[in-house]
Amino acid sequence: MAVRRAKVKSTGAAQDPALGTAMFAPAALYIMLLIGVPFFLAMYYAFSDARIGNTDLHFVGLENFRSILQSPSFRSAVKNSIVFTLASQIIVIICSTILSIVLENKFRGRGVIRYLILLPWVAPIALGAIGWKWILDSIYSVITWVLVWLHVFKPYGAPMWLGEPHLAMASVILVHCWRLIPFSTVIMLAGQTAIPKEIPEAAAIDGAGFWRTLFQIKIPMMTSIISVAVLFGTIFTFTDMTVVYILTAGGPYDSTQTLPSLAFATGIQGSDLAAGAAISLFLVPVLVVIAYLMLRVAHRAEAT
Amino acid sequence: MAKKRLRKFSASMLHWFVLVVFTVLLAFPFYWMVITAFKQNLDLYTVENNPFIFNAKPTLEHLRLLLYETRYVRWLGNTVFVGALVVLITLVLAVPAAYALARLTGRWGQRLGIGIFLTYLVPPTLLFIPLSRVVSALGLQDTLWSLVLVYPSFTVPFSIWLLMGFFKAIPKELEDAAMVDGLTRFGAFVKMVIPISVSGILTVVIFTFTLVTQEFVYALTFISSESNQMVGVGIPIFLVRGDVYFWGSLMAACLITSLPIALLYNIFLDRFIAGFTVGAVK
Repeated sequence: MAVRRAKVKSTGAAQDPALGTAMFAPAALYIMLLIGVPFFLAMYYAFSDARIGNTDLHFVGLENFRSILQSPSFRSAVKNSIVFTLASQIIVIICSTILSIVLENKFRGRGVIRYLILLPWVAPIALGAIGWKWILDSIYSVITWVLVWLHVFKPYGAPMWLGEPHLAMASVILVHCWRLIPFSTVIMLAGQTAIPKEIPEAAAIDGAGFWRTLFQIKIPMMTSIISVAVLFGTIFTFTDMTVVYILTAGGPYDSTQTLPSLAFATGIQGSDLAAGAAISLFLVPVLVVIAYLMLRVAHRAEAT
Repeated sequence: MAKKRLRKFSASMLHWFVLVVFTVLLAFPFYWMVITAFKQNLDLYTVENNPFIFNAKPTLEHLRLLLYETRYVRWLGNTVFVGALVVLITLVLAVPAAYALARLTGRWGQRLGIGIFLTYLVPPTLLFIPLSRVVSALGLQDTLWSLVLVYPSFTVPFSIWLLMGFFKAIPKELEDAAMVDGLTRFGAFVKMVIPISVSGILTVVIFTFTLVTQEFVYALTFISSESNQMVGVGIPIFLVRGDVYFWGSLMAACLITSLPIALLYNIFLDRFIAGFTVGAVK
């Protein structure tokens, strides 16, 4: 019996490569066909003249990139993508740090408040965005009503929130923040539970006040979890086209156009697949940097 | 003593103030959906009316319009259909793959695991253009099958990642014991490992389904006819006639679609977050 048991152990899953491969291969194949192949197709199209409704392709070299780089729409899309991502990440980090601190301790009604706070993240974003489109409506906006009521604007004198370049940008940033604050908050809450309670308590006994404990102990201990929240948040904002597409469709005058929304407008709506693919390839450098940073954070957390 | 009590009181006031402000700001759009969905049009579209209250009697007219005169119910059906099939495909692919990775120790296992995680970071906005051509080459344009085919590409990687952590927590001795009792390796996986992993598998089911309901880019790109829409695209795009927004029905649709999804997601949230935070939380 003992011999048999030992034999079974030595043929465990790790030593059963055939079965391991058979179990892993279908998923790997699916991912390769639906992520790997399209990724290389995107690169291939970017150097071709692919159009919707036209099946033959010709290699055109850097032609697509040359025309994209000259287009003002592309330049404003690059600028907007960066502005939207940076601005929303800064606001999200500040707000979600505060929110995670007030939610840290248990209190009556915490479950209900957590559900309400999480709604923006867990509800489909397309539906949340259309809700905001109604809140920011050009005539019946509730924000306008409140400002008129407060005598900030005369009746019918308020600006159109989604109709003027700077206000439209601010609106898009606002909706991104609204969506991501709950997500980062939950990630940070998960990070806080990992801090041993004794450390802040010991600091309090040594006479450190609330703010000192916060800035010199808690926040430094949370850097790796904050960076996870920032990295995911950056991907979600930088690669998102839903919010922009529903709120403004890139307008007015490309002032809220981002790389993904421009890729959609060019590649699908404008039938120019090649140019659309070339535009979306500009997402790749940012994604590579984020993937690298993400692995470093994970690695560092494992090492400590 | 009194000073200390005062400080404690003001700290607790500040705590509640911050909490209430954030809750109101974050939940406001949903409150707005509720109030819009039940207001009469005359009330909605009178600029002078106080928009926070019902100035006229509440109405179910928007809900009736949504359920009987739009394709909303059909879209719900489409979403459930695609969701169910994608869940099935995801389970068939991800459960065995996650088990293989969890038991594959050493450098290769780790590398493959990281590779799987990285594929989750590839966004739909990078792939939708080539995939649109693939979908039409397969003759699947404007069918729900295009979504059934493509959605597992983002549900499988994350599900493998989630389940991998789950399977790693199961002691190897359990399978060894089952194999001593005459089961094969695969038999031990099916009869021992899967039954005790039900809660992990359920997490994947819910996660996959909510991701399907939230997806927007692929559904917008591949599906063009009104009757084949998913809720996520149908509501914001097809409930608008030309330039006319039926805000009452639109908000009713947003509300009754969002709340159940949000509830499901909320129950399982802590497990998803454990998956998101990789190794950064111990």
